[in-house]
Amino acid sequence: MEEFIGAWTARHGATRDRLLPLLHAMQEEAGHIDDAWVPAIAKALNLSRADVHGVVTFYHDFRRVAPGRHVVKLCRAESCQARGAAAIEKAAAERLGVAMGATRADGQVALEPVYCLGLCAIGPNALVDGRPVARIDAAALERIALEVAA
Amino acid sequence: MTRVFVSRDMASVALGADDVARAFGDAGCEVVRTGSRGLFSIEPLVEVETDLGRIGFGPVGPGDVAAVLDGAHAARLGKVEDLPFFVGQRRFTFARCGVIDPLSLADYAAHGGWQGLGTARAQAVQQVVDTVKASGLRGRGGAGFPTGIKWQTVLDAPADEKFIVCNADEGDSGTFADRMLMEGDPFCLIEGMAIAAHAVGARHGYIYIRSEYPFAIATMRAAIAASAHIVAPFTLEVREGAGAYVCGEETALLDSIEGKRGQVRAKPPLPALQGLFGRPTVINNVLSLAAVPFILAQGADAYAAVGFGRSRGTMPVQLAGNVRHGGLYEVGFGITLGELVNDIGGGTSSGRPVRAVQVGGPLGAYFPPSMFHLPFDYEAFAAAGGLIGHAGITVFDDSVDMAHMARFAMEFCAAESCGKCTPCRIGSTRGVEIMDRIIGARDTSHPEDKGKVSTGSARTGEGYLDRALYSRAPNRIDVSIEAQTSLLRDLADTMKYGSLCALGGFTPYPVLSALDYFPEDFGASAPIKEAAE
Ligand SMILES: Cc1cc2nc3c(=O)[nH]c(=O)nc-3n(C[C@H](O)[C@H](O)[C@H](O)COP(=O)(O)O)c2cc1C
Ligand code: SF4
Ligand code: FES
Repeated sequence: MEEFIGAWTARHGATRDRLLPLLHAMQEEAGHIDDAWVPAIAKALNLSRADVHGVVTFYHDFRRVAPGRHVVKLCRAESCQARGAAAIEKAAAERLGVAMGATRADGQVALEPVYCLGLCAIGPNALVDGRPVARIDAAALERIALEVAA
Repeated sequence: MTRVFVSRDMASVALGADDVARAFGDAGCEVVRTGSRGLFSIEPLVEVETDLGRIGFGPVGPGDVAAVLDGAHAARLGKVEDLPFFVGQRRFTFARCGVIDPLSLADYAAHGGWQGLGTARAQAVQQVVDTVKASGLRGRGGAGFPTGIKWQTVLDAPADEKFIVCNADEGDSGTFADRMLMEGDPFCLIEGMAIAAHAVGARHGYIYIRSEYPFAIATMRAAIAASAHIVAPFTLEVREGAGAYVCGEETALLDSIEGKRGQVRAKPPLPALQGLFGRPTVINNVLSLAAVPFILAQGADAYAAVGFGRSRGTMPVQLAGNVRHGGLYEVGFGITLGELVNDIGGGTSSGRPVRAVQVGGPLGAYFPPSMFHLPFDYEAFAAAGGLIGHAGITVFDDSVDMAHMARFAMEFCAAESCGKCTPCRIGSTRGVEIMDRIIGARDTSHPEDKGKVSTGSARTGEGYLDRALYSRAPNRIDVSIEAQTSLLRDLADTMKYGSLCALGGFTPYPVLSALDYFPEDFGASAPIKEAAE
């Protein structure tokens, strides 16, 4: 990862305000931000390790362990709840065999909460590997389950 | 070759617009991808260019191409702008959204684009600020602070460097106007920011967009690159959020851009004087900035002529949740809540009675239909113990459990607290525990409510709150509904007055409004309204 950080900072700069863009880029590249990489990030941006650790842990987006091969981000916010999201969440957890907020033991799929995708009139909504899916009902859930089984 | 228009908005794509666009392309049509018109019950929507204008068909699927092209399809809508949902709107900010190709500079210019910037650049900077002041424009991000006064402060602050920051964090559930504008008319936001930069003397701007909006991020980046030569020497960049709701608070947002944890700063100093990197900074919501090109091009009076009381101009209202005709409805202030929910929204999509609406996102109050006479106006909502916020209206039918919604408000606050103040950080977790006890006691005395689905506690980890609750000596807690309800009111009071920002300070709004208007869901037999102010 040190090489990646070096190349990235050479291109985009190494000032403190580059920290979030760098973390996004690393997660895009590697899927997560491993604790082992924190010292290299700190060194590259001239920050303390505690500082970097504090930022990584503050933001919900940054994962410290590798995610599932597929990620289903299911909206839990009010407008989706008004359209039955709580029942869909329960059904999704059962069908996918993984609790909300967890990655299945075989690493195949993670079910993550998201609080609003801005699709609030057509919920319940999800991002399935980044692809927006709306009006999720039992049939749509089954399609998602088959998709992430692959 | 027939020209057809299909939206590329994230909501339209979620409903299948990409497949529809592909099918028309395969049939030999020229497909123009636009933003969304803003009415989701007719999406996926295709508009066909004819001698009579653009004729809409929706909802359609990829199998409907032939029937649409010969004009016989049953989902023929006629001209979209003639539909009842659109005739009553005043589209000042969203005039182009859904009509033009969002990334076509030619389209933008042909539909009045850059006129506001041209006017502004021909004027002295004070005159530009005066025009914004005279328009009566108030910040659309929630607090409703007069935009012109904010700009004046930044204009008057002496500094070698100033910044324009656009708050596109739009974290409130039930809101999507910022997203729709960035995806459907990104040059409008860029023009508004360039006008602000000219007015206060800033050279660089940031657009902070939440990571949950990948389409908006991509569209804004492309639009910035395409229009760089027009707004030069002003420069712009997009910064992507990282899933923290509190980063929508302006000072937390600035810290986040600076590469720090998104923690709220104490004010003063105001961001207008010491904002980003300590420099004077204009920070405005997407809709505030996007209203400015119209104001400069058409004049302050044209904007201020519409509105109600001290709320001038239009508000892009977002109808969301369990509503039949959900979408974006831009209208002058003063329309009533009931008109919005029942007449325009058409009631619930489930067909059941409306029981509650939440206005203004997760920090906004829940109102029953008995409050539907309220006019959409900052002052009227504040007086009724609520807020307009970013003008999202989330509709619930009669299957909603308001105690669960109150619990969710506390849970959300606990998950999203920046951690700076104790009433917010700790109080919200205690609030979830109290709600669990109230719901538990209610369901023991009214076992018929037991089957309702509970929303777990995802971010705090499986069963965490249960353990926290039962690890204390249960015999020391008075778990009666009366005792817990008064404890809840106490806690709400502490949060309201002891929090630095509106996350901790306003979470009591949804909680107490649910309790006051729907006491039966909290196990009370008679209304318990005495503590309502
Ligand atoms: C917890 C919290 C979240 C907020 N989220 C947003 C947001 O997502 N978008 C926004 O424009 N303003 C948000 N605000 C309001 C901003 O702090 C600020 O008032 C606004 O950006 C000012 O711009 P305006 O005057 O154009 O409204 C939030 C405030 C709080 C306390
Ligand atoms: S009220 Fe909550 S979110 Fe706001 S500053 Fe205090 S701890 Fe942070
Ligand atoms: S509440 Fe689910 S998308 Fe907005």
